[in-house]
Amino acid sequence: MEILDIIQPENQVFCKTKLMTDTALSYCPGCGHGTAHNLTMEVIDEMGILEDTIGVAPVGCSVLAYDFMNIDMTQAAHGRAPAVATAIARTWPEKYVFTYQGDGDLAAIGTAETIHACNRGENIVIIFVNNGIYGMTGGQMAPTTLEGMISSTSPYGREIKSMGSPLKITELVANLPGVYYVTRQSVHTHKHARKAKKAIQKAFENTRLKQGLSFIEIVSNCNSGWKMTPNESNIWMEENMFKYFPLGDIKVDGKLKQ
Amino acid sequence: MTEEIIIAGFGGQGVLSMGKILAYSGIMENQEVSWMPSYGPEMRGGTANVTVILSDERISSPYLKLFDTAIILNQQSMDKFENSVKPGGLLIYDPNGISHHPTRKDIQVFQIEGTKLAAEMENKKIFNMVILGGFLKKKPIVKLENVIAGLKKSLSERYHHLIPLNEKAIQVGMESIHPY
Amino acid sequence: MSELKLMKGNEALAEAAIRAGADAYFGYPITPQSEVIEYLMTEQPEKRTGMVVLQAESEIAAINMVYGAASTGKKVMTSSSSPGISLKLEGISYLAGAELPAVIVNVVRGGPGLGTIQPSQADYFQSVKGGGHGDYKLYVLAPASVQEMSDFVEDAFNIAFKYRAPVLILSDGLIGQMMEKVNLKDQLPRLTNDEIIEKYDSWAVTGRKNRRRNIITSLDLQSEKMEARVHRLMKKYEQMEKEDLRYEKILCDDAEYLIVAYGSSARISQKAVELARKKGIKAGLLRPITLFPYPKQPLFELADQVKGILSVELNAGQMVEDVKLSVEHKVPVEHFGRTGGIIHTPEEVLEALEQKIIKNGNLRYHTTRESSIL
Repeated sequence: MEILDIIQPENQVFCKTKLMTDTALSYCPGCGHGTAHNLTMEVIDEMGILEDTIGVAPVGCSVLAYDFMNIDMTQAAHGRAPAVATAIARTWPEKYVFTYQGDGDLAAIGTAETIHACNRGENIVIIFVNNGIYGMTGGQMAPTTLEGMISSTSPYGREIKSMGSPLKITELVANLPGVYYVTRQSVHTHKHARKAKKAIQKAFENTRLKQGLSFIEIVSNCNSGWKMTPNESNIWMEENMFKYFPLGDIKVDGKLKQ
Repeated sequence: MTEEIIIAGFGGQGVLSMGKILAYSGIMENQEVSWMPSYGPEMRGGTANVTVILSDERISSPYLKLFDTAIILNQQSMDKFENSVKPGGLLIYDPNGISHHPTRKDIQVFQIEGTKLAAEMENKKIFNMVILGGFLKKKPIVKLENVIAGLKKSLSERYHHLIPLNEKAIQVGMESIHPY
Repeated sequence: MSELKLMKGNEALAEAAIRAGADAYFGYPITPQSEVIEYLMTEQPEKRTGMVVLQAESEIAAINMVYGAASTGKKVMTSSSSPGISLKLEGISYLAGAELPAVIVNVVRGGPGLGTIQPSQADYFQSVKGGGHGDYKLYVLAPASVQEMSDFVEDAFNIAFKYRAPVLILSDGLIGQMMEKVNLKDQLPRLTNDEIIEKYDSWAVTGRKNRRRNIITSLDLQSEKMEARVHRLMKKYEQMEKEDLRYEKILCDDAEYLIVAYGSSARISQKAVELARKKGIKAGLLRPITLFPYPKQPLFELADQVKGILSVELNAGQMVEDVKLSVEHKVPVEHFGRTGGIIHTPEEVLEALEQKIIKNGNLRYHTTRESSIL
């Protein structure tokens, strides 16, 4: 049997996510963003909602999300994605609207927009990738940077007294009545990625049922910013990030988990 | 015909709404109108004034230095606007609370005891209608029927039962205005 | 049905937005323009036309909501007053960069800083010289009456969609707060979602269906692409200058002295011109209706006819720079204006014309420059 005979559609066991473009990802090798993109696009494809989905890209590492996600997207000003998504969802109530944001975008500069979109219970999905650092601008401190963690703007480690504590914005928004579903996931192993995908799917289902706001935090690594190999960064994430940002559901079907 | 009027007094005296009713009456007569209020924190308990212009022609400036008529309802406004009346113009005021009466001799000065008359009619809110009546007696620039029509336009329907009372107040004002 | 009403400028503008078939309004209260959102919330346009009205958590959120709705091809508006417009400028720059149609209204109050809530025209520079970051301009309409507050809403939407560019209605506290007779236009129908998709499918993000994906962004990391984008914007602005300049000449035919003023100052100056004519002074008024594009050519031509020009503005001297640029030193140009929320009276304007222009009529240029503020 020749090799070309084997390359047939019926023999295919794996393929590129259909709704990802052919553009090579600009993320650092080892970064979790690519997986998070893939999972989101797989869910949209599998739910058959491409024609009715509008994404909102942030400012940060994923500013070019629209180069990779082969869907209609608007790129928002820094931190303003929830406001942009609010207006789209309000004027196109039958559409699936999601934002894809990082920790600086969502939990620092865009805190007001995040809190108020959540408080109004906008019928949108927020996908929040938290890697505890500003990756795009070269590894500065984020609101979610852990205590003692070194970054280019906390070169001696984050000091709580002068720099504040890492912000648990996910727990914060979970307490708002308008928020229907809050979960914290990761994508660094197959097992975790599968769970994260289920969460994303549930979130888009909530949009379909007009249940209000679904908020998915994905705790991720930043091997470049953390100055580690990808593998080291994943281990460090499990040992440190997950301790402060524990994985699991926080609010399901409008009810806080105990 | 162009009539440029300033109405000035305390917030709460119905200064702005008197101006509004006048403006509505002008519209009923197919005139051009403008109504330019002072606005902001000074209105809350402080002084309020409104410039109302009725004209047969397109109105240029809605904001003026000199007026054909000044309707003055408290001392601060008297201090501020006595000198803003054009020579030969008209100043109408309620003497209630006025300690420094107008001194100009080149204008016509009329008094109307609006506060007292409204109290006698047992409805403080019709004070501004009494004053308006006095003004219309001196300057019949709009017909009474159009004032009533203007009132209907500017009042929400749940207050329409008060229109006869307002009409009465205008009549009382017309009868009571007198030279100072 | 068109309808005759007595309305505040702010209310007329809000009603006009509904009647223009706007899809959404996003705003945040600030004096002296809060009547816009108050009127809309009371009027409940969602019941009349399906128009969405939302009070945002800030001016920043409001302008980004405008960006969001505009990126889907919806007809969308926001309004604010000076300090709030400063907050919106980031979003306005993004709207210009991403080439989105939107209408922004500034009911100007005195500044800088928190300033005053009284009327002012001190945001002229901010409106016509950029304001936000980057190479962009806004098409700026300056209403001078309650009627124009109403009429300019539909005009602004038409320009915004003609050029896919943000349009500013530059009003002020005087025009916003005053009441005049206004003839309201007939209700225009809102576009249906299908009509929006059909009309704007080449760019609007409405969900990818039978086409390549649409992307709305103002980011071009490749310099050549970014420069091409800037050139594209400049072409639009050139076309605006050619096709959509608006101005009004009042008593200019035989004028020896010219006042240039827009918005509320134009109304006051018109009275000053009337007073001047009564005194035998041949004064005229040129009222720019669009502040960008600016009536450069009409001014250039009038400069051959008049002996001097007074730029009357409720600010410390901003538009006067554009008047000077337009007349290219052919005649003396001076500024007059009050600031801090004080409104100049027609008499003050006339006095300034006499003192600054007519008295100095023989002087071509001034060696010393006096303070132009009274």
